[in-house]
Amino acid sequence: MEQTRRSFLKTAVAASAATSMGMLVPAEAQAKAKALEAGWKWDKSVCRFCGVGCGIMMATKKGRVVAVKGDPESPVNRGINCIKGYFNAKIMYGEDRLTRPLLRKKDGKYDKQGKFTPVSWEEAFDVMAAKFKEAYEESGPSSVSIFGSGQYTIDEGYAAAKFMKAGVRSNNLDPNARHCMASAVAGFIQTFGIDEPPGCYDDIEVTDAVVSWGANMAECHPILWSRVTDRKLTHKKTKVINLTTFGNRSGDLADLEIVFKPQTDLAIMNFIAKHMIEKDAVNHDFVKKHCIFATGPTDIGYGLPADHPREQGQTMRNKAGAHWAISFEEFKQKLEPYTVEYVSELSGVPKEELLELADLYADPERKVVSFWTMGFNQHSRGTWVNEQIYMIHLLAGKISTPGAGAFSLTGQPSACGTAREVGTFAHRLPSDMVVFNPGHRAKSEKLWKLPAGTLNPKVGTHAVAMMRALRAGTVRFFWAMVTNPFQDFANASEWIRAAREGDNFIVVSDCYPTVSAKVADLILPTAMIYEKWGAYGNAERRTQHWRQQVKAPGEAEGDLWQILEFAKRFKLKEVWGEQPIPGLKADGFEDGKLPDVLAGAKAMGYDPEQTLYEVLFATDEMKKVAWPDPIAEGHPNDMAEHFGFFVHKALWEEYRQFGLGNGHDLADFDTYHRVRGLRWPVVNGRETQWRFKEGYDPYVKPGEGFNFYGKALKKIPQGSLKGEKIDLAGKAKIFFRPYAEPAESPDAEYDLWLCTGRVLEHWHSGSMTKRVEELNRAVPYAVCFMHAEDAKERGVARNEEVILESRRGKVKVRVETQGRNRPPRGLVFVPWFDENVLINKLTLDATCPISKETDYKKCAARVRKI
Amino acid sequence: MSDSGFSRREFLAGAFRGRNLALAGTGGAVWAQLVEGQRGPILRRRPPGARAEPEFLATCTKCGQCVEACPYDTLELATAGQESLGTPSFEPRKIPCHMCPDVPCVAACPSGSLVPDTAIEDARMGLAVLSDQETCLAFQGLRCEVCYRACPLIGQAIQLEFRPQERTGKHAFFLPVVNSNACTGCGMCEHSCVLEEAAIKVLPRDLAQGKLGSNYRFGWEEEPTISRDFGPSDAVQPEAWQDNTSKVLDALDELEETTTP
Amino acid sequence: MSWILAHRYLVLRRLSQAGILLLFWLGAHMHLGWLTGNLSSSRVFRTVPLSDPYAALQVLASGHLISSTVLIGAAVVVLFYWFVGGRSFCSWVCPVNPVADLGRVIKRRFHPHGQLAVAREARYGFMLLGLVLSAVLGVAAFEWISPVSMLHREIIFGAGLGLLVIPWILALDVLVLRHGWCGSLCPLGAFYALIGRASLLRPAFAAERCDHCGDCVRVCPEPQVLHFDRIAAAGFVGGGECTNCARCIEVCPQEVFSFNVRPIRAGDEPATTEI
Repeated sequence: MEQTRRSFLKTAVAASAATSMGMLVPAEAQAKAKALEAGWKWDKSVCRFCGVGCGIMMATKKGRVVAVKGDPESPVNRGINCIKGYFNAKIMYGEDRLTRPLLRKKDGKYDKQGKFTPVSWEEAFDVMAAKFKEAYEESGPSSVSIFGSGQYTIDEGYAAAKFMKAGVRSNNLDPNARHCMASAVAGFIQTFGIDEPPGCYDDIEVTDAVVSWGANMAECHPILWSRVTDRKLTHKKTKVINLTTFGNRSGDLADLEIVFKPQTDLAIMNFIAKHMIEKDAVNHDFVKKHCIFATGPTDIGYGLPADHPREQGQTMRNKAGAHWAISFEEFKQKLEPYTVEYVSELSGVPKEELLELADLYADPERKVVSFWTMGFNQHSRGTWVNEQIYMIHLLAGKISTPGAGAFSLTGQPSACGTAREVGTFAHRLPSDMVVFNPGHRAKSEKLWKLPAGTLNPKVGTHAVAMMRALRAGTVRFFWAMVTNPFQDFANASEWIRAAREGDNFIVVSDCYPTVSAKVADLILPTAMIYEKWGAYGNAERRTQHWRQQVKAPGEAEGDLWQILEFAKRFKLKEVWGEQPIPGLKADGFEDGKLPDVLAGAKAMGYDPEQTLYEVLFATDEMKKVAWPDPIAEGHPNDMAEHFGFFVHKALWEEYRQFGLGNGHDLADFDTYHRVRGLRWPVVNGRETQWRFKEGYDPYVKPGEGFNFYGKALKKIPQGSLKGEKIDLAGKAKIFFRPYAEPAESPDAEYDLWLCTGRVLEHWHSGSMTKRVEELNRAVPYAVCFMHAEDAKERGVARNEEVILESRRGKVKVRVETQGRNRPPRGLVFVPWFDENVLINKLTLDATCPISKETDYKKCAARVRKI
Repeated sequence: MSDSGFSRREFLAGAFRGRNLALAGTGGAVWAQLVEGQRGPILRRRPPGARAEPEFLATCTKCGQCVEACPYDTLELATAGQESLGTPSFEPRKIPCHMCPDVPCVAACPSGSLVPDTAIEDARMGLAVLSDQETCLAFQGLRCEVCYRACPLIGQAIQLEFRPQERTGKHAFFLPVVNSNACTGCGMCEHSCVLEEAAIKVLPRDLAQGKLGSNYRFGWEEEPTISRDFGPSDAVQPEAWQDNTSKVLDALDELEETTTP
Repeated sequence: MSWILAHRYLVLRRLSQAGILLLFWLGAHMHLGWLTGNLSSSRVFRTVPLSDPYAALQVLASGHLISSTVLIGAAVVVLFYWFVGGRSFCSWVCPVNPVADLGRVIKRRFHPHGQLAVAREARYGFMLLGLVLSAVLGVAAFEWISPVSMLHREIIFGAGLGLLVIPWILALDVLVLRHGWCGSLCPLGAFYALIGRASLLRPAFAAERCDHCGDCVRVCPEPQVLHFDRIAAAGFVGGGECTNCARCIEVCPQEVFSFNVRPIRAGDEPATTEI
């Protein structure tokens, strides 16, 4: 089914021959174009933007990226791009690119109330290290933090994790992927015991139905949607259903667009399961062999602060992820309330539509792929809805096979590759390992050559907790990299205030002056994607590397450079002595303390005067990885020149040791520079399209059919939380999860649902795309999409500027009643790319209590006429 | 005429003296030339509700009140050196019409050159034409369609047509198609086009629009009904019939050469 | 100070001309609603419409109906100028007036020779010609070439090539035409002269104090209106062509002129003189 490279090249040649015959380009124009392109050097690379992971070709000339094109050999996009991808060559050249470190200073000294002043890197790191150590020495590792990103390159994320976890022994490292993928991760781990999708994009070309849940793929995953569209056009049986809380562009293609009331997806999925059982559409054979049923507590709260009224009486709010096995009968009985009448009433979806949807999943003759993104993940029951979609697919046995699967799409280009696989989360270590598992710590300490007891077993502060800790003053050093937290976090004003008014030090590494940069105390000018070597891992487990194409402007340096240089400022004796960790309780650890491991370090041959740079990043073994290296094909490597060895390759080769034989096998560094990405596990040079499935996944033995071999959470109690533990090795869990009310719903005072999201033209907080003139012209500002009747009722007209406000904040925004998004009555949608319409001042920082991912899709707001 | 040294009679008589007639003639000719020279090709995108161009040109007082009323500074008066001096129009690539629901420009027009109470959806400022498929990114298979999503009447004035993309074998074309029945010519599409030169442009309707021959109707647009009231009064010689024997003979003459063996 | 007193009307006129332009400009750019539009059509306080009556006539002549707004606006303007003197427009409002005045200053200094003497009455011919051409061309013919509205528009709506009107008029007035654009060509001025024939506000003339020094005639842009016998008989400067510029009031050492309201008399004819 995967077209071989040779056959593809053949068609490509034929196609280009056809176009060159059919197209009449005057010779003169051709010659002109050739002259313009003289001296261009092309190399393969990866698109900077979304999680689809399109391959691009990039042309450089005289130190500047001059053009890009879609990579025709990339299996993801075969030479095409979306409109963000089209502008990859322009994102680095905004006129306000940050090129020098800027420190808030007054009277020649750092001052939190001072003015941004250009300083040397030396001075920047001096102040930064001093502020870090001030907090660290007073309050220990829990008082410092790094907020990372799903847009870190893999090596950057890996270095950040190693620096924080192995170096300064703090687990306060969390990525912005927490806002993006955490619910998907929790869903995967709870259901399969291992992270990331079983299937891959190739499902699209062989499926019979695509159901999109809470994902406006037409805009947010443009190239994948193009593949879905092609499947629908060329395979008449294909059905497309778009489930959403507001009409959007994915509805253009859909046979059925189901607009449901926010949060009722929980009930809709239970109805589907009930319907399938009633129609006897359950694949009993599959379920019996490969699944067990499970459920968990319901009084788990909404991830709000403990004193919030919504959290009162939610006794399991700190054990939200706990669960136990139940019988099929019990499972069936729990689904009883979810009749079509009840669910139709609750969700506002007509019965016929619910039945059509359920029948699609129930039809044994139809392969179905479900896709979802933030509608599921950014949900106060995000983990539950992720589990529920697996419930449906597992019941039907439509999973892990070509054309049938449940596929969690990622938003960011390396949410999978970096944030998840490398383990830049507060609880994770590389390759799906976790800090609270002694075995995982031991393995990591061995691979990282750390004395036993170095790693901190206490889960660090997750993203939202990090901001709350900043407000509480318990986190006093905060370093944001490749992300714009003060625009991105829900309830943004609160954190901006905490950052500006608290006794803390905020560092922001960025390429442009963003909202976060403005909030920072120190701004570090940062090299962008094509100004450094790197790798991203896309949503289908495809790891793709690229070479440095151009040099960063001025004094800008990459995040990896920054981490390594910062690590030079720490001596072992400063961090590997005894450290207080308030609340730490773990086997083999004294309560509230990390042990002094300096003795162990000495025994391993370390010197307490050595720096973290030497111990973690410039080990003898790493320094053996020499630069120059023929794989560079003449491309520059500023990092290697600076540090004297091939840092990226050295880190990669160390990092991949974590995954080998562990279901996360990655190929060696050089291989990735010869191919257009590979989907892990890569075993014996072969990538894996469908995991857990015999014949595709090398970890599944012949005769097993399927093997859900993920190791996490595979020993759970039966019957209740206090029940006897059973071992579910090789099995997936089918969870029952009930409907639960949203954290905040519209009422008389704030009478509208507010939902936030993206538009195709802009990426995330707009820091790059708003600087591309063409994209900025295409969508110059965020508007408030609302139903025409809702607008009329409030006496406001299309294009009118109104105040949109919630209990937390307000913005001024123009009303749009007839654009690309068509909310139903009672809901407004505002994209969040626009720093001038800082919509996250309004959103609620409620999270899924299991995944800790914020629900950006639902809060109560109102529109006020100016 | 009391004490004036120059009576009305004398004035009129003087007016028709040869020299004055010559002056008037020359002046009139130059004047007419100055006016005609400004007409030029009609390439202007007029404000919403503008009457047909000849009427618009005749009635517009060039007062600029529409220009002032526009909250987006979309409209401009043609300056010297441009055709139809002083009349309002807009360049969508600079600032498009934002289609205000209350159409303040129309409300401000004192002369009725912008037809009063025009609903903005009924405005016909021009017609968007996807004029260059070879540069349009959507037609090259990219996922652009920025114009489609920028269209205030998305799905009506610009629709997407999906086609398989054989070159890649697994993607589709998302082709923007303009519907002239709905397009107001606001120019959001032209303005938003990400190319260096827009591939979709708003042209004056007179220039852009086709017209179906009066001799044909689309069979699918109405139920195919058969008229039941056909009668003797309908079966008569057509009104305009004239003897055409001479044309028949001419036609036969023209066949002379080809029919020579 | 004494200069200002001696030129008080000149100063007032310049203030009036500039003030009106400023109000239009503020209307266009600062959304101040005192005056919106321009001299062709406008609204006062966003309500009372004003329209150029000659432009309205041209539209009618071109064979098109005009809107009631324009009709009312034109009527308001006609009434107003019937009272204050039609060509008060020329000296108190029209933006070409300062240009023409400048032209006369230059002429007085350099005395250029060999100019074409087009009869002052020609303007009436051009006014009629404007209507005829409107009918023939189907558009308001003068509005399409009018330097008056062109200059006004350019000042209010952005200064483009239309400002070239200034050097053109200057060149025409100084080098080509003896009586200049305003004095012999402008159809709009001609039209206002017709409206102003019987207007009420005019400089009154106290013949008994006049010592015939001729200062008034030298300073007057339309000296034919100062025919001694006629103004002495009427007690007022008569005729539509007087622009109420009040230069005569200012320059007369005997103070024989002063603004006053003229009694309405039947048979009051426009004062014209031989050329």
